[in-house]
Amino acid sequence: MIELTRDTIDYTALTESVRSDQAGAVVLFLGTVREMTAGRQTAALDYDAYPEMALAKLAELETEARDRWPIIEVAMIHRIGHLELGEVSVAVAVSTPHRPDAFEAARHLIDRLKEIVPIWKKENFTDGTTEWVHPGIEPESGETGKLATD
Amino acid sequence: MKLDVRLFAQARDLAGAEHISVELPASSTVADLRATLAAQCPQLGPLTPNLLIAIGTDYASNETMLSPDADIACFPPVSGG
Repeated sequence: MIELTRDTIDYTALTESVRSDQAGAVVLFLGTVREMTAGRQTAALDYDAYPEMALAKLAELETEARDRWPIIEVAMIHRIGHLELGEVSVAVAVSTPHRPDAFEAARHLIDRLKEIVPIWKKENFTDGTTEWVHPGIEPESGETGKLATD
Repeated sequence: MKLDVRLFAQARDLAGAEHISVELPASSTVADLRATLAAQCPQLGPLTPNLLIAIGTDYASNETMLSPDADIACFPPVSGG
């Protein structure tokens, strides 16, 4: 199951959706909005996406992971829009027969998601400033664009 | 040929538009599109060298040929998660 949503992510339901009698292991990864980034305080994040391409890339990642690990079920959901501190921005759930594969596959999926899926976050700092996070590009303020989630 | 380019994230904010229309000769490449975007939209400024170009739902390299009916998007490095 692959989805972009503007609603709160129900990660309990997402986790249940990958459970199976064939699985001995289920791993859930959540990305959440963190308060402090490089000494600056985050109030909220705004996520933007190119939806058609983001869904296509997520599907590619699922195929890539299924080729590599004995995945029984996988579910990935990413939130877009405005997220307050502490909210869940992304969830990845994977089930496999044994735990090493579930951990590795979940780690791979979230790492690749952050590299290739066209989704962007904009920081809303508590000092009232905002800043797009675009890795490799220096923000105009001169602060390095560190990520305010994992 | 006239191409419609979708913009996202800071590229959209700096350009002040969700789409930009670009005129290019037939048999132009993504590299030609980059040069034209930089000239036509100088407000993209520091983003320009790092912009990613997608055709359809795939990332395109500078050598990729453009066609008039292609779905083209232009955006800065991604930061989901």
